[in-house]
Amino acid sequence: MTDLTRFTIAQARDHLRKKDFTALELTDAHITAMEKYRHLNAFITETADLARERAKASDFRIKNSDAKPLEGIPLGIKDLFCTQGVQTTAGSHILKGFTPNYESTVSQKLRDAGSVMLGKLNLDEFAMGSSNMTSHFGNVVNPWKARGHSDDLAPGGSSGGSAAAVSAHLAMGATGTDTGGSIRQPAAFCGIVGVKPTYGRCSRWGVVAFASSLDQAGPMTRTVRDAAIMLNVMTGYDPKDSTSAAMAMPDVEAVLGKGVKGMKIGLPKQYRPDGLDAEVGTLWDKGAQWLKEAGAEVIEIDLPHTKYALPTYYIVAPAEASSNLARYDGVRYGLRVAGNSLDEMYAKTRAAGFGPEVKRRILIGTYVLSAGYYDAYYLKAQKVRALIAQDFVQAFAKVDAILTPTAPTAAFGLNDKVVDPVAMYLNDVFTVPASLAGIPGSSIPAGLTAHGLPLGLQVLTKRWDEETLFRVCQVLEDSAKFPGLIGES
Amino acid sequence: MSLDKATVRRIAHLARIEVPDADLDPMVKELTGIMNWIEQLKEVNTDAVAPMTGGTDMTLAWRKDTVSDGAQPEKVLSNAPDKHDHFFSVPKVVE
Repeated sequence: MTDLTRFTIAQARDHLRKKDFTALELTDAHITAMEKYRHLNAFITETADLARERAKASDFRIKNSDAKPLEGIPLGIKDLFCTQGVQTTAGSHILKGFTPNYESTVSQKLRDAGSVMLGKLNLDEFAMGSSNMTSHFGNVVNPWKARGHSDDLAPGGSSGGSAAAVSAHLAMGATGTDTGGSIRQPAAFCGIVGVKPTYGRCSRWGVVAFASSLDQAGPMTRTVRDAAIMLNVMTGYDPKDSTSAAMAMPDVEAVLGKGVKGMKIGLPKQYRPDGLDAEVGTLWDKGAQWLKEAGAEVIEIDLPHTKYALPTYYIVAPAEASSNLARYDGVRYGLRVAGNSLDEMYAKTRAAGFGPEVKRRILIGTYVLSAGYYDAYYLKAQKVRALIAQDFVQAFAKVDAILTPTAPTAAFGLNDKVVDPVAMYLNDVFTVPASLAGIPGSSIPAGLTAHGLPLGLQVLTKRWDEETLFRVCQVLEDSAKFPGLIGES
Repeated sequence: MSLDKATVRRIAHLARIEVPDADLDPMVKELTGIMNWIEQLKEVNTDAVAPMTGGTDMTLAWRKDTVSDGAQPEKVLSNAPDKHDHFFSVPKVVE
C-alpha cells in the first residue's frame, strides 16, 4: 500500500470519500510518522488516542454520507491554541499544567469540519522568536539538511513545529499564528505554504495572546489548494472576538486556476537592499518572470517607510505583549512560586516562568509604555505604523499584488549562535511590514539554494483580498514545481 | 540612548519580574542595544499623522450589555495553583 502520509489534503479528501482507505488508517499512518520523527521535537504534546477516537467518528460520518469539508484529515495544532482537555503551553514554563476547559474558535471550527488533531505543535515561547529556539520545550529541528551536511538547521519561528511537521509529512496541515512573520518565515525555511490572512479573518478567541493588534491565525500546508481548503474552514465572524470581521470569507478554493492574466504585480524597490543574498534576489526575479509568463504585468513600486517597519514592530509588539502577559501572575493558572507577599509571589513566579526573550520583550514593552516615554516611543511607533499602512494603500492603488522574498536567507544552523537580539529580529524584515498594515500575506516554496535548502516567495494583497492572493500563489506554485522534502523516509 | 541599571531595575519592578543583581549588567547592555536601534524612528516626520491604534480599519461592533456566560466556578478554578472553596488563594495582602 502507498504511504498514506504522501497525499495532499485535497487528494486524501477524495480518497476518503471514495472509501479507498479509512480515516483511521490515514490517522494511524500519521501517528506512526509522528512517533518515528520524535527527534524533530515538532510536537510538545501528542494526542494519538484522541486522534484515533476522532478518526473513528470520521469514518462513521463518511459511512453515513455525512462527511464535512476536512473529514478525517489529520492536522497538527500550534500549541498557542487552547484545546479543551489537552494541555496548552504556549511554549512557556509559566503555563505549567494548564489544561483549558474550552476550545479556541479556530480549532473548534477545524474540529467541526471533521479534522483529526494529532497533537500540539512546538513554538517559540509565546510565539516570540524566529527560530523556535526560545521554546521551553527545546528547539525544533528542520527536517531539511544542507546537501552533504548533517548539521541541524532551525525550522524558523515562531510556528516552527507546525512547519517541520507538515514538511516532514507528520501532519497533512497545521495551524500557525503570525504576528510579524511567524507563519511565513518558518514556511519558507521548511519549504511549505503558509498563509496569514487579513487581520480580522480568523477569530483570536482562545489563542494565547502575544500582540493583539497583530496576531492572526492561518494555515500551513504542502500545497496552495490545501491552504485554501483549511482557510475556508478557519475564518469567519466570531462574536467572542471584537476584532473579528463581520464579513463573508470568499471561497478561496474556488478561485484557484483563474490565473493572473491582466493583473499588475508590484516589486517594492526597498526590498532589494545592498547586500541582499544573491540567491534570494535571483529567485525573486524568477518569480516575477513566472508571473509575466502567466500574463501579468510586473512593475517596480515604492514603499518608502519599509526600513522603519522593524523598529516600529519592536515597540508596538512588546508594548502589547507586556500588557497581555501581565495575566501570568501565578494566581489563576500555571506556575506559582511562593513569596512572602503578593508582589513577591508575582515577581518570583514571572522570573521563573518566563524565558530570556519573553522577559526582554516585556521589559521593552513596559519601558515604552511607562510615564514620560509613552509619547516618545509608543505613540511615535503608532504614527509610523500608520505611514507604513499608507504606503501599502498607495501601492495597491497601482497594483493587484506585491511579490517579495519571504526571508533574507535560507534556514540557518541551530549552532550558529545569534548573540545579538537585533540580528535575530532581522529575519522578519520582509514579513513585518504586512503585519503592521494588517494585510494578507503568504509564503510559497519557490526554489532551492545551491546547498539544496528551500527559499520562499511572499505574496501580499490589499485587505480582504485573499482571492487575488490565492490566484497569484497558485501560479507561483505551478511555475516553481517545488519538489518538497524528498528522501529521509 | 542609554539605559542605566536603576532604570532597568525600575521597569523590572513595574513588570513584576525579579531580576538578580548579577543579571542587571547584561540586561542593561541588551536593552540599550535594542533601544538604540529603535531610535531611528526619530528621523520620520509624523507631525500630521494620526496614530494607527489597531490592526483593522473596522469600527468595533456594539452588543447588548447582558450576561452571556458565567456560573461555572469549578471550571474557572480548575487550573488554580491554590484554591479554597470557590476562591483563588493568594498570600495575605491585608494585615
